[in-house]
Amino acid sequence: MRHSRGAQRVRGPVSSAAVLLGLLGAGAIGVLAPQRLACAVDTTQLPDPALQARYSGLTHELRCMQCQNEAIADSPVDLAADLRREVRDMLLAGKSDDDVRNFMAARYGDFILFRPRFLLRTAWLWLAPGVLLLVGAFVSWRIVRARTALVSQDNAPLEEDVSR
Amino acid sequence: MNRFALPVGVFGLLVVVLAIGIKHSPNKGTIMSPLLGKPAPQFSLPNLTDPARVVSSAGLKGRWYLFNVWGTWCGECRAEHEMLLEVRRAAVVPLVGLDWKDDDAQALSWLAQLGNPYDVVAVDRSGRTAIDWGVYGAPETFLVNPQGIVVFKHVGALTPDVWTRDILPRLAPRAAAKS
Repeated sequence: MRHSRGAQRVRGPVSSAAVLLGLLGAGAIGVLAPQRLACAVDTTQLPDPALQARYSGLTHELRCMQCQNEAIADSPVDLAADLRREVRDMLLAGKSDDDVRNFMAARYGDFILFRPRFLLRTAWLWLAPGVLLLVGAFVSWRIVRARTALVSQDNAPLEEDVSR
Repeated sequence: MNRFALPVGVFGLLVVVLAIGIKHSPNKGTIMSPLLGKPAPQFSLPNLTDPARVVSSAGLKGRWYLFNVWGTWCGECRAEHEMLLEVRRAAVVPLVGLDWKDDDAQALSWLAQLGNPYDVVAVDRSGRTAIDWGVYGAPETFLVNPQGIVVFKHVGALTPDVWTRDILPRLAPRAAAKS
């Protein structure tokens, strides 16, 4: 490696930052790639761009029940095509996004919604991250406070020695 | 002692949460149908064996029936066909078929070849009725009571096990009243 002596000192942090960036990049590709593939399966065009955007949003948040980790937008399965047709027809008939979600959930259960609704049953799902964040903040605040107290105790006699 | 209380407690909680998750995992088998305990969806479809007539949910009210979703393109449906013929022979409950996204001629020759276990077969060419029933993979079988309420659903081939364990006991009170 052609590191100068100065650069060598910071090599540790720099390379770990590079690894982190690499991981984030790979994650971003993983997230974005399936959306590209969508055009291959679903070629439906709605007359109005706003309607098309809602159609694309809805078909990406409804689960294909046959291949359960895919959205109906990305699934080549027959049933997914039927459900996409249903979404399209409902949007063309002037139904709202929630009408479509309720229609699907009434037939296939909440499982078809990739984004769960806020119900008493699913409340923990939505609230848990916030609660965990608060718990984490509380725990780290206690750790920091305990350590701060330790440092001042440690320093006290040392400073006494110096001043003498 | 106190130092370990929190981590162990959190770990225990995690174990409980994950255990519940695994136990109720939909991948383990069937997805709970939201239809259970609710009225069976309305439909009115052509009759496979007599296209001039219609099969409708209204016409089925007032009696128990098994609603079986099948298609000639479905391999598991062939596997369960023998059991359906068995159900027919038992003559405990009528079988209503829903021929799902199928070719009428092929469906008719299937029934001619393998035997027809159905009292009546409704034809769902568009798949619209199957969506109303929340069907996601044939074969699927629903048990509907005389009030038109779906009381049981089975996904996958109907087996003697499901028949004796899940379907017959639900019909038993009626059979007992009859005898």
